[in-house]
Amino acid sequence: MRIRHPKDFLTGMMFILFGGAAMVLSKELTIGAAAKMGPGYFPFALGAFLAILGGVILLRSVLWATCTHAWPALQIKPLVLVLSSVIFFSLLLRPLGLLISTVVLVVVCSRASHEFRWMEALLNAAVLIIIVLVVFVYFLEFQVPIWPSFLAGRV
Amino acid sequence: MELLSNLALGFQTAVSPLNLLYCLVGALIGTLIGVLPGIGPVQTIAILLPTTFALPPVSALIMLAGIYYGAQYGGSTTSILVNVPGEASSVVTCLDGHQMARQGRAGAALTISALGSFFAGCFATVVLAVLAVPLSELAFKFGPAEYFSLMVFGLIGSIVLASGSLLKAVGMIILGLLLGMIGTDVTSGVQRFAFGIPELADGIGFVSLAMGLFGICDIINSLEKREKRDILRSKLSGFWLSRADIKASAPAVLRGTLCGSLLGILPGGGAILSSFTAYMLEKKSSRNPESFGKGNIRGVAAPESANNAAAQTSFVPLLTLGIPPNVVLAMMAGAMMIHGIQPGPRVISSNPELFWGVIVSMWVGNLILVLLNLPLVGIWVRLLSVPFRLLYPAILLFCCIGLYSVNNNTFDIGLTALCGLLGYVFHKLECEPAPLILGFILGPMMEENLRRGMLLSRGDPSVFFTRPLSLAFLVLAAAMLIVVALPAIRRGRQEAFKEG
Repeated sequence: MRIRHPKDFLTGMMFILFGGAAMVLSKELTIGAAAKMGPGYFPFALGAFLAILGGVILLRSVLWATCTHAWPALQIKPLVLVLSSVIFFSLLLRPLGLLISTVVLVVVCSRASHEFRWMEALLNAAVLIIIVLVVFVYFLEFQVPIWPSFLAGRV
Repeated sequence: MELLSNLALGFQTAVSPLNLLYCLVGALIGTLIGVLPGIGPVQTIAILLPTTFALPPVSALIMLAGIYYGAQYGGSTTSILVNVPGEASSVVTCLDGHQMARQGRAGAALTISALGSFFAGCFATVVLAVLAVPLSELAFKFGPAEYFSLMVFGLIGSIVLASGSLLKAVGMIILGLLLGMIGTDVTSGVQRFAFGIPELADGIGFVSLAMGLFGICDIINSLEKREKRDILRSKLSGFWLSRADIKASAPAVLRGTLCGSLLGILPGGGAILSSFTAYMLEKKSSRNPESFGKGNIRGVAAPESANNAAAQTSFVPLLTLGIPPNVVLAMMAGAMMIHGIQPGPRVISSNPELFWGVIVSMWVGNLILVLLNLPLVGIWVRLLSVPFRLLYPAILLFCCIGLYSVNNNTFDIGLTALCGLLGYVFHKLECEPAPLILGFILGPMMEENLRRGMLLSRGDPSVFFTRPLSLAFLVLAAAMLIVVALPAIRRGRQEAFKEG
């Protein structure tokens, strides 16, 4: 037995995983009957359907795929840098404020590009801070902490 | 003439200074992002959604609608001048549009796409105005069984748009429906799949999901491939069409408009599908199909008219039945719900000034676009030289700030990163996220109607097959599934997606 279509194989696994999880979690809720459905009825049915579908896709990728396909190619750098820049921003915004969080976000995510240059990224961050302050904070009146919380009282 | 008085009401709303301003802003932003490859109306609406919270709902919807049809205008500019589609819906415009540009006829190509879009926009506005009232009256006759079947029909329709495996697309719909279940169950008040996290009590934020799956995920994907752009540096001139151009393109515009208006209304339809279909129709009906792909003006006129017509008529099912036919309209549905308006047949009677205002604003927006677009082409082209490495940090930053402002919490930003990761996995596994978003939007409504329908029939599922309208929707859905699964059509569909 060989996995001829790895992308379909993994998709099948993913659907089984999600469908199974939905079924297990729905079991904790009231399922009810067809005439009087509880909160668990529809999700349980959907989960079962998804898991079966996943099973079919998985079997198909092993048994009936006509030619051998490639495994998906991953590039870790852009994925990790872009996602971590967003997560950093979410963690830093409250304690350190908008200005510092923006610099961190722009610098971290800019590193994902193969043409990264420190000066350019910092300059970009500076321009973006001005745009954000004018458009979002001044005109659209977004309530965003701008300064670090330990300075906020004094500025 | 009720229609005329309705349109007059809409006109009053649409030309109020504030709404006119937001119409202009939306149309301009739409053109801008249409011009920029790699960012489309879905991402833009996701990013700008939080900024519309402070606006009255009418202005917000007018602006968001402007983004959608504005993007259809802008997308063609990039296709013609750079040979990179600015939008998915202008992929086919590259084929003949860029060839025209190489032959020094970029001006004529831009003019016909603007004029074609304008004509299509006007026509689609009329279609929308005429169809809206009868359709919404029909929708009032729907019971829960009809609604449930209609949603099944709408969801199956979204598969037509998804490239690749049919089974995977169905799976993505189910996954979307399941994600829509997260949060408090409306009927019983029980928390479902919230894992005790208080921020999940209201479910996954629509903005977080959309931004993660489309905004963040697309940025990561663009970073993975290094693209090169060759911008045509020649001077733009000759915007006037010759008499032969007009003779060739006028019927093409008309055919494209009709094709787009029709496909826009169907579930799964919209700008992308209709531009492909219009191009293929035009090529098939031509006496010398080999001239297509070599700078035939009909190959620009038809798809550009079609995508603009479809962008507008796809509002018909959303505003009258409450069913978004594609992802962009799903975003609009999300926007309406955030503003406290449930999309559906009640919108016309409960918010007439909103409904007619948005419709008339589309015509006004098209007028603005056709007047502004050609003079501004030079600026748009210069924007294309802004490198992506400076652009994507800006997009990410605006996403994050917008997300924070939705609920003033940072949880949503983290959740979006998670959705971005999920979107990345989907992309790598060649699973389209569009059906998932539609499932997510329709999930809660679908469950409610299923429950009510089954309660009324005392648990007898045959109610979905014995009521004629409900049966009709289910039969149509099954027919659509079979048609998509047929090998011949499947090949055609793959070809259509491959050409892009």
